[in-house]
Amino acid sequence: MYTQALNGIPDEATDQSSEAARFQARVDAEQKIEPNDWMPDAYRRTLVRQISQHAHSEIVGMLPEGNWITRAPSLKRKVALLAKVQDEAGHGLYLYAAAETLDVSREELIGQLLAGKAKYSSIFNYPTLTWADIGAIGWLVDGAAIMNQIPLCRCSYGPYARAMIRICKEESFHQRQGYEIMLTLARGTPEQKAMAQDALNRWWWPCLMMFGPPDSESQHSDQSTRWKIKRFSNDDLRQKFIDATVPQAHYLGLTIPDKELAYDDASGHWKIGPIDWAEFKRVLAGGGPCNRERMRARRKAHEDGAWVREAALAYAQKRRARREAMQIAAE
Amino acid sequence: MSEKHLPLWEVFIRSRSGLAHKHCGSLHAADAEMALQAARDVYTRRGEGNSIWVVPSSAIVASDPADKDELFEPALSKIYRHPTFYDVPDEVGHM
Repeated sequence: MYTQALNGIPDEATDQSSEAARFQARVDAEQKIEPNDWMPDAYRRTLVRQISQHAHSEIVGMLPEGNWITRAPSLKRKVALLAKVQDEAGHGLYLYAAAETLDVSREELIGQLLAGKAKYSSIFNYPTLTWADIGAIGWLVDGAAIMNQIPLCRCSYGPYARAMIRICKEESFHQRQGYEIMLTLARGTPEQKAMAQDALNRWWWPCLMMFGPPDSESQHSDQSTRWKIKRFSNDDLRQKFIDATVPQAHYLGLTIPDKELAYDDASGHWKIGPIDWAEFKRVLAGGGPCNRERMRARRKAHEDGAWVREAALAYAQKRRARREAMQIAAE
Repeated sequence: MSEKHLPLWEVFIRSRSGLAHKHCGSLHAADAEMALQAARDVYTRRGEGNSIWVVPSSAIVASDPADKDELFEPALSKIYRHPTFYDVPDEVGHM
């Protein structure tokens, strides 16, 4: 669904060897780095961390929306939401597969998530209280995700870039279905419009936080930019999202919950008031409204599915053994 | 041979335009049948194709990136393998 700029890069990232120089030259020439190519350890570690956090976010991101599948207001909305949640599962799987090309196993990655050692986007630690939240998530959360993800389609690491191309194609449906839900509510009864406004009020600021800390506090962007993993700064992407979204909110007849929001003629950008970064840090550190519930749900799903994985493996083994025995008998 | 984890499979899909099967990603599955079903769910949700191949990743033999120069460099100097290397007078027309 989206990535978040959470990624720190170790300091020993500057490797002076000739291999490192050749690697950087290839990146500078916009060539793709592929799984078996030589790469600096720090590049590999950075990618494993970023891609797996992205994958975890897709998987955890199914939970807030899954909450409304059985209560969608019509069959049309229900099939769309089901398809969207299924897409998020697919996105998680594409991304885990991309991470695995860097010599880390699926079990290891899932283990890190379930042990609470891996991060995922803070946005999914907020609850979906009303149906309008499903509209707001599609419009705003997926909208922010698209802003973040489009530059990743040109990421220097081939498998990640290819996964992102696929994901971006599918995200567009997510955002449009969300906006359509908001539009329907905004044109509905006063109560429905109030519900849409309430959802915007609750999701606006957490969505702006999805782009990560301000550039002034983000120490690790330089190396990621040199490696062409990151193409735009957190603040630049955030501004792009704000400029795209404010007019969409106005079209809905809704109010962005920011008294300081104003259009700046000189720069041609919408200027926002201060973001509460203390809240961002609190939610990221586990203190959001739903952190514990999300982890509980993921662990339960993993444990409840254990017998299925074991049975499938046992069945495959039994069939393989039977086939081999038949071959021996035939000889 | 006993596996503790679901093995990895590579997925190839023939698009509806009738082109060759093309690699589109990978997935984990206990056996070939489940790999096919999972490939259908993960990689063809929007009519991406009409035929799927799944191949155990362990069965794929790949060229070594370290051999890239000796494998592929010679082709670059053989410009006489391309049609534009040969001069045909304009009067002859399109060939």
